[in-house]
Order: sequence, then structure tokens, then C-alpha cells
Amino acid sequence: MKIVVLIKAVPDTADERILDPQTYRVDREEGDQIIDEITERALELALSVKDRDKTTEVIVATMGPAHAIKAIRKALSMGADSGIHVLDDSLIGADLVLTAATLAAALRDLGAELIIAGNESTDGRAGMLPAMLSEHLGLPLLGSLTTAEMSAQGISGQRQSEAGTQEVTATYPAIITVTERFAEARFPNFKGILGAKRKPVATKSAAELGAGAQSLTTVAQILPRPARSAGAKIIDDGQGADELITFLTARHLI
Amino acid sequence: MFELTEEQQAITEMVSDFATEHIAPQAAAWDRDHHFPIDVLAEAGSLGMGGIYVREEFGGSGMSRLDAALIFEELAKADPTIAAYISIHNMVVWMIDKFGNDEQRAVWVPQLCTMDMLGSYCLTEPGVGSDAAALSTRAVRDGDFYVLNGTKQFISGAGSSGLYLVMARTADTGSAGITAFLVPDGTPGLSFGALEAKMGWNAQPTRQVVMENLRIPVGNRLGEEGTGFGIAMRGLNGGRVNIGACSIGGGQAALDKSIAYLKEREAFGKPLIAQQSLLFAIADMETELETARTMIWRAADALERGTADTVRLCAMAKRVATDAGFNAANTALQLHGGYGYLSEYGIEKIVRDLRVHQILEGSNEIMRLVIGRLAVEK
Ligand SMILES: Cc1cc2nc3c(=O)[nH]c(=O)nc-3n(C[C@H](O)[C@H](O)[C@@H](O)COP(=O)(O)OP(=O)(O)OC[C@H]3O[C@@H](n4cnc5c(N)ncnc54)[C@H](O)[C@@H]3O)c2cc1C
Ligand SMILES: Cc1cc2nc3c(=O)[nH]c(=O)nc-3n(C[C@H](O)[C@H](O)[C@H](O)COP(=O)(O)OP(=O)(O)OC[C@H]3O[C@@H](n4cnc5c(N)ncnc54)[C@H](O)[C@@H]3O)c2cc1C
Repeated sequence: MKIVVLIKAVPDTADERILDPQTYRVDREEGDQIIDEITERALELALSVKDRDKTTEVIVATMGPAHAIKAIRKALSMGADSGIHVLDDSLIGADLVLTAATLAAALRDLGAELIIAGNESTDGRAGMLPAMLSEHLGLPLLGSLTTAEMSAQGISGQRQSEAGTQEVTATYPAIITVTERFAEARFPNFKGILGAKRKPVATKSAAELGAGAQSLTTVAQILPRPARSAGAKIIDDGQGADELITFLTARHLI
Repeated sequence: MFELTEEQQAITEMVSDFATEHIAPQAAAWDRDHHFPIDVLAEAGSLGMGGIYVREEFGGSGMSRLDAALIFEELAKADPTIAAYISIHNMVVWMIDKFGNDEQRAVWVPQLCTMDMLGSYCLTEPGVGSDAAALSTRAVRDGDFYVLNGTKQFISGAGSSGLYLVMARTADTGSAGITAFLVPDGTPGLSFGALEAKMGWNAQPTRQVVMENLRIPVGNRLGEEGTGFGIAMRGLNGGRVNIGACSIGGGQAALDKSIAYLKEREAFGKPLIAQQSLLFAIADMETELETARTMIWRAADALERGTADTVRLCAMAKRVATDAGFNAANTALQLHGGYGYLSEYGIEKIVRDLRVHQILEGSNEIMRLVIGRLAVEK
């Protein structure tokens, strides 16, 4: 089976993350860039399939600036077989529409049975990319899974939504997105780290992929998050429960 | 020469992640409860830390001595005791891979590299430490067997290890009469002393290893008769670089904690870091650790290339690094004031753990003896 994992290089959440006041973009040059944690879990899922069946081929794909190669190498050191790096200056600041169309073009002819993405990432996020990708590629999407079961015919799992839990299934080829309920990623071992350089990484430019899409959004303004103000304190002198219910109801929380 | 390759950066990053997640959070409890975490050691083994500079043929990681030094420094930032045990284990595995025949290598090296089995290095005896060539444990040939009698003192890992690399006397010809043997756990005649109560290194056991009419096949002899002392010393060259790297890691962790503490702690109306004398203390710790690190890397490089001055450089590196690491930890304790003396702040443990690095793998006096003799013989 051929599995593509969409990994995303993001600024380390342990560092302070910065929105550039000039470009309105996430500063991706400062600080450590790491593989987004959920996409690491997506990779772990693919690698666990490979653990059971050595013929499984795991390809990691990412669209991102030059340093995103570090994330690809890390994924290769963990056990992925090859990487695809979509790298082009014209893609700097790409919005969802352009990112989805470009990644779709990169994945279209790979013949993957399964594409695994995260449900959302820790930086600029909408959690929409996998759905748009499934539209571009004409593949079924099982989104926000909390479990996944793979058989020869297809994939099934549970998905959590506001409405409850759903049991969903799809035949291959398909796209799934995983949540943080999936297992944490393994550490790469020394052999994996030393062998990663010998694994192939294909770098694709926007022209090569010919996605023919454009960013449709512009960011008009960014504002700092307002400082936290002290919350309301309810002191229970007999009416506490009532006050609490009024407070929660007013905010549609109950 | 002093810039790490991309792979070395990836390796230190991985070891640092592993140590931060799987060792550091539990180090204080392991120290308090005298718990030897063999499960965590097996995890380290699965990542390749059981045979770092052991050839790949039988499961080693095939990496360099410098890689090893980088790895031990990272591990020791989380816990010098665990790092130091892994260093001793690596020394044992390397000796078997280097001096063993293919049969011995095929049997022992794979399981030691994964750390499913642990190894112990048995040189010191109750009566002889620094003067190891005077050891008295005896091995007498009896047909296809050797019969071993004697007691080894201060053996790290004893009681938990699966394999004991024992230096014993086969002839009364000083260092030339010493032979190395592989003694598996469970061999009749092998027993262990009580767990030693120690100042530090509490997360790994130290015990006597007692051999009473212990019979092992001739096939368990490592190398030829009379080569044991050379094998033991060759192992120690690497051990010295690695234990030095462990001291730097511990010292660096103490320094990092001190910088954070001095910035945050206020006295006399300003943060302590604003006191220039304390800033200078930080500068000295930083400088001494970096000096030692430079020396460790140089010795590791000499060891890797097998240069003529390997013994001298390894001895210097061990002396400089174990002193720098301990001094940094001890200064860190002072800089933390009364809080440094409390277990909660994690500093006093580093002091206790690093103190023994100045004593073992050849005491720092013996390092001076080695360096001094080589200096005047020239
Ligand atoms: C400050 C800022 C403002 C932005 N404003 C807008 C805006 O107004 N409108 C807009 O459309 N976009 C905007 N973007 C860009 C958008 O958020 C990302 O570019 C988009 O690609 C990520 O899609 P997503 O949010 O659906 O995916 P995410 O929620 O980030 O991720 C879901 C999954 O999709 C996959 N994935 C996402 N990105 C990549 C990638 N580059 N390579 C490989 N796999 C990937 C991963 O598997 C991930 O787990 C903005 C970005 C920033 C930083
Ligand atoms: C926690 C711990 C773990 C250990 N683990 C192991 C292990 O796994 N395997 C193993 O084989 N050993 C191990 N050792 C033993 C260690 O290597 C010895 O303690 C060390 O070699 C010193 O020997 P000694 O204790 O007999 O001291 P001695 O040799 O009696 O020395 C006492 C003091 O005199 C000094 N001294 C001795 N000779 C001279 C001289 N000629 N000139 C100047 N000064 C001198 C020494 O430096 C020391 O300060 C361990 C020790 C400890 C404490």
C-alpha cells in the first residue's frame, strides 16, 4: 500500500510565535521549526502500518519554505521512504485555496491508496485543507478521526463531531485526518537519522505542478490579542448556583 | 572541526528530546527510591544507544567517538547517573566487539546493543583500585574450563547485568598476567554483595561481585591469556572521554538552572544577576565547561583516529571535564543559596552525582600520574 502523509513545518509552540507586523504572516524564519504535532501522529499511523507490512510505502509531502526540508528529513529518519517538497517563492503567504490546489497537483499522479493529514495545525490554521484536497482529487474524506482501522478493502474509524460520534468507512483511495487522540510519534533511531540523507526528496516548483490557482484572500489587518481582564467572581451566599446558571445561559454555554 | 554536521545536530536533538521526555521528569524519584530504570535503558537501546561506537555488523550503531560524547552530554543534562551507566555499558560492548572473536560477538553484541541485556565492567577489587595491575582475582585453567575465584568491588550494574566482563589473574607477572573473561549472570559460583549506600549515583546499583569456584568454558575468554590489562585500559580510554562528557552535561544543566535562577531571584532591590561578582561566576562556569568540552572533542577525535597521543589526551580530557563539571555544579549550589541545598531544586543531586566522576575510571590523581609520566618521558 502507498500512503502519503501531509506534514506541516510549524514554529515550535514552546517558543514565542510571532506574526510579522509588515507582511501579516507567521514569522517562519525565527526560532525552531518542527513537524506539527498532529501531523507527526499522522506519520506515526502510517509508520505503524509499515511496521506490520514492510511492503508499505510511506511518502511525506509538504509545502513550505526552504527550511521545511528539516521536517522532511526528520520524517525520513523516523521511517518514511521518500519526501516531496513543494518549494517556490511564488507560494510565500499562500492561502488555503492556493495551498490546496498546489498540494492536490503534487499528489494527483502518485497513485496513493491513502492520504493522511492532521485535522488542524498549531500555526495559521483553518482545518479546511484536507477537505479542499478531497474535492480537488475526487476522493472520499474521513475527517477528524479518533480511531482508524485499515483492511485490504478500505478504512474505517470513529469521528467525533459536535453532534456525537460517527462510525465512518471508505474504500481506497481515500483521505483521512487524524486528531491528537492518535498515538504519539516515535523517536527516530540513530540508524534512521544516519540513513535519512540517502532517501530521495523530490523538490517541486509551482510551475512544474501547474496548479493554476491564485490566493483569493488578503489579510487586511492584524491585531494583538487583548490583555486578559479579570473574570467575574461569583461568591456563593445562597444564590451562587442561580447566578452561575444565569451567567452560563447568557453565553449559550448550557 | 568545531561545527557539528547536520546529522550530529539531528542526533543531539533526538537524544535531548528522549532525555527530556523519558529521563528528566523521573530522575529525582529514581535517585530518591534507588530505582534502576532498566525499561528506560531498553528504550534507549532501541534507539541505538547501547552500542554507539560499536560496528554495525552485530547490531552496533557504527557512530564516532565524538557522536558518543555529544550523546552522553545530552543524556547527562537530564540525569548524570543514567548517562554514566549507559557509558559504562557502551565501554563493555565495545570491548567485546573489538577484542572478541566472531562467535563471541555474535552471541553477546546484539542483545547488549539493544540493552535487553546489560553489561558490567569488573576491574576494581576491595584491596586494589588505582593500582589495578595488582589485582588478585584468580583464573585457573582446568581442561576446557577456567575456574575463577575472587571479589570485585564497586561494580556498577552488578545484580542487574546479564554479562560481567571480569579481569582476572592467570599468571603472576603483574599487568602481563591479567586476562579478560565473559561471565554470564546465573553462572554457578557467581553472587553479589549488598547494594552499597552511596552519596550519589543512586539510580544505578553498585555492588560487590563475588566469584567462588566459578567455572566458565575456555570459549568465554576474551582475547588471549595475558592481554586482559591492555583490553581493560583500551576500554577505559573511551570510558574517560564519555564520563567527562557526562560531567559536562551535568555541569551545563546546573549552569542553565543558575542563570534562570539569578535572573528571577531578587535581593538588595534588584535581580541577583545584576551583581557583577555573580555574573563573573557564571562567566567562569561557562568558560570552564566550554574549555572542557573542547578538550573532550579533541580526545574523542584522537581516539577515533587512533593517534599516538590518545592516552594522554583522554587522561587530560577526563581530568579537566570531571573537575569542570563538578565545580560548575558546586558553584551552582552556592548561587542558589539555601534553595540549592534542597532536593527540590535538583542542584544538590547533580553535585552528588558528579562528585564520583573525579574518582572512578581512573581517579584524577591517576590522570595526573599518566599525564605527568608521559610529559617527563618525552
Ligand atoms: C497570519 C495568517 C493568515 C492567514 N490568513 C488566511 C486567510 O485569511 N485565508 C486563507 O485561506 N488562508 C490564510 N492563511 C493560510 C492558511 O491558514 C494555510 O496556508 C493553509 O494552507 C493551511 O490550511 P488549513 O488551515 O486548512 O490546514 P491546517 O489546519 O493548518 O492543517 C490541516 C492539515 O493539512 C495539512 N497541511 C496544511 N498545510 C500544509 C502544508 N503547507 N503542507 C503539507 N500539508 C499541509 C496537514 O496535514 C495539516 O495537519 C493564513 C495564514 C497565516 C499565517
Ligand atoms: C560509585 C562507584 C562506581 C564504580 N564503578 C566501578 C565499575 O563499574 N567497575 C570497576 O571496576 N570499578 C568501579 N569503581 C571503582 C573505581 O574505579 C575506584 O574506586 C577507583 O579506581 C579508585 O580506587 P580506590 O577506590 O581503590 O582508591 P585508591 O586506589 O585506594 O585511592 C585512594 C586515593 O589515593 C589516590 N591515589 C592512589 N594512588 C595514587 C598515586 N600513585 N599517586 C597519587 N594519588 C594516588 C587516589 O586518587 C585516591 O584519591 C566504582 C567506584 C565507585 C565509587
